[in-house]
Amino acid sequence: MDRSFVTGVRVGLGLALASFVLAVTFGALARSAGWGVVAPIVCSLVVFSGSAQFALVTVMSGGGGVAAAIAAAGLINGRFVPMGIAVSGDLRGGRLRRALEGQAVVDGSWVAAHRGGGRFDRHLLFGATAVQWPAWVAGTALGVVLAPPEGLVHDLGLDVVFPAFFLVLLLDELRSSGRARAAAGLGATVAGGLVLLLPAGVALLGSSAAALLGLATPREDR
Amino acid sequence: MTIWLAIGCVALLSFAMKAVGPAVLGDRELSGRARGVVALLAPVLLAGLVVVNVAGPGWRGLDWTLVVGLGGVVAARACRAPVLVAVLAGVVVTAVLRVALG
Repeated sequence: MDRSFVTGVRVGLGLALASFVLAVTFGALARSAGWGVVAPIVCSLVVFSGSAQFALVTVMSGGGGVAAAIAAAGLINGRFVPMGIAVSGDLRGGRLRRALEGQAVVDGSWVAAHRGGGRFDRHLLFGATAVQWPAWVAGTALGVVLAPPEGLVHDLGLDVVFPAFFLVLLLDELRSSGRARAAAGLGATVAGGLVLLLPAGVALLGSSAAALLGLATPREDR
Repeated sequence: MTIWLAIGCVALLSFAMKAVGPAVLGDRELSGRARGVVALLAPVLLAGLVVVNVAGPGWRGLDWTLVVGLGGVVAARACRAPVLVAVLAGVVVTAVLRVALG
């Protein structure tokens, strides 16, 4: 088996653990919102995006309507467009195969596969996603079946798991260059400002504009 | 029925968003400047994800026990703790604070 794929699986195991915990909370939330047993599991199987799925359940159960819920989830997943563009040069095959390979892009795997300088390790991306997907679906199923009380995840401090993993990945990225630190600082500031007034997905998309700093400064690979 | 419609639409949207870049760009190489922007997308999006996740809509989800827990993660990583140990440190710090504060 490809060594990069195995490395990806190893990296993905930690991410899968976080995904699993988050998925349990998603399953429980969807069940309590009246989604039943099958729909949350199918949702995790075909959407496979925590932030979008939470947005979908939250807006629908808040009486926001189907169109608003779909729009919110779509906006949150809007970040996959620039992320897909970023990896496109490192994928293989024709357009259809590349489009299918692009489905492996999820936040943690995408960052883990980043080799610096805008290049990505394709097999590492696949390996990291291959373990997260089943963990996400299994966690959802467990959440739906167990339906733990809403406060339990909070009381156990498990709501820290997901931002903690993003933070660990961010710390690794910050070591790469001063330019990465400046862009991350700007991105965090923009996201923090936008989320005051706008939905999370729009704030995230807006924060990605901070990457335009890459146009103005000389390239500095790690 | 509306739940299934919503799931189907979001699944298609997600597929399209991940597919459009690789399908349209194909194997064309990005220019040096575009690659410079792409190189910064990871730190920028991660920073945005952390802030949005911690703050919540309108900053109404801000929970200082969670922020201190994330401080524990940073401290653990600074002490060269492995990733899972660092995350566990964040969970323990947050949980202990919440128990202590009732």
